[in-house]
Amino acid sequence: MSGPRRVAITGAGTVNALGRDVPQTLAAMREGRCGISPLEFRDVERLSVRIGAQVRDWRAEDHFNRQQIALYDRFTQFTMLAAKQAVAQSGLSFQGELGLCSGVVLGTAGGGLNTWDENYRAVFEEGKNRVHPFVVPKLMNNAATSHVSMEFGLRGPSFTVATACASSNHAMGLAFQMVRAGAARVMLSGGAEAMLCFGGIKAWEGLRVMSRDACRPFSANRNGMVQGEGAGVFVFEDWDHAAARGAEILAEVVGFAMSADAQDIVMPSAQGAERAIAGAMRDAGLNPDEIGYINAHGTGTAANDKTECAAVAHAFGQHADRLLISSTKSMHGHLIGGTGAVELLACIMALRDGIIAPTIGYEEPDPECALDVVPNQAREARVGAVLSNAFAFGGLNAVLALKRA
Amino acid sequence: MSTSTPSIHDRIVAIIAEQAMLDPAQITPDASPAELGVDSLGLVESIFAIEEAFDITIPFNANEPEKSDFDISSMGAIIAAVERLIAERG
Repeated sequence: MSGPRRVAITGAGTVNALGRDVPQTLAAMREGRCGISPLEFRDVERLSVRIGAQVRDWRAEDHFNRQQIALYDRFTQFTMLAAKQAVAQSGLSFQGELGLCSGVVLGTAGGGLNTWDENYRAVFEEGKNRVHPFVVPKLMNNAATSHVSMEFGLRGPSFTVATACASSNHAMGLAFQMVRAGAARVMLSGGAEAMLCFGGIKAWEGLRVMSRDACRPFSANRNGMVQGEGAGVFVFEDWDHAAARGAEILAEVVGFAMSADAQDIVMPSAQGAERAIAGAMRDAGLNPDEIGYINAHGTGTAANDKTECAAVAHAFGQHADRLLISSTKSMHGHLIGGTGAVELLACIMALRDGIIAPTIGYEEPDPECALDVVPNQAREARVGAVLSNAFAFGGLNAVLALKRA
Repeated sequence: MSTSTPSIHDRIVAIIAEQAMLDPAQITPDASPAELGVDSLGLVESIFAIEEAFDITIPFNANEPEKSDFDISSMGAIIAAVERLIAERG
């Protein structure tokens, strides 16, 4: 019997407001470019929040045929493109035995929200009494996972995780655990969200936590989150399998931890976050002083950012003043269930290229967020290990640890 | 016997009292929502109820309550702000 296996990332793909693939996205993160702009969709004039990080000029017919478009909600479309990029980079083919021991686990919070929105509008507002026969298979949260499994012939463990803003991190953590435990040889993992539609934003407006002008994580004058959309998908592969075929390894996934605050449905807890951060380091066998960078949850709300900084300060002690922590949500927005997947790209860039993506929109220091948040400009730094934080509404926390390959 | 329409004051007090699970008589003008036991989520829900009751839009961002044009420092301030918004609506 063999012990735990190491887990390599051998492919990455994305579609988000910063780019249609990984190189474009990383270039934007290096430049500190902002993907947030006025929203464009039907009935936007009835919203009080009218900004977001939207995937502009998206034409499904450029990527998919008629039958696929009939079945792919926007979140599935983003997922499929990201998955194709990731699998192409990995060089893997899943024919035969490999497909039987490989699977898909993806995160999303809203699933096919555009499909819900369009069809509710049809029956409630327009008074129609008939909807398209594929509404259910199009809107279901596992639609993207299922279409990825069908596209590539992945016949092993496959499912969708929904834990609001932590969905992707939970998904990738489970994928990591399955490969490490030998339950799967390869897992496609990550997540997607496409919540930028009238009903999606109208629901969020109600909570009064959204900014109407900009996402400024950790800045004293921050005034809320800004939503984004898109997908990120990665190939998590058994290290020995990847090495044996001479695959390029982008990074190693080394640890994962989850926790629940068990406290409040929306207000975060520093203790819950800290337990997930410390747990991920323990799972990875890393000491706090080995972590060079954290991709923060960093939503830009008053509550999250100060709570997260308190959790990091407590988990890292004196080393908290030496590590770098940034929120790339300031650029690609908050992709809700897909956010951890796009943010993992910043972690890989830090490890591979030695470039730390900045927190843009940073204007005023906040004594309650007194960490090096890499304000406004990317920075060069050689880091050997990183964390990626995700803390969801409902108090569900998921933190991943990665090492340089 | 006909009943008169409850005043703006009484309707707001009733909304906050329901949220705080208190008797309306316990809602004093100088008390803040927090002192009455209304937390941030309860406050957002109360503001929604007030908007619905008076058909107004209240400018309130939970991230920077002190910067909002809507003063929530006390019951008296909330009532005054709602009366102003109703007057502005015309």
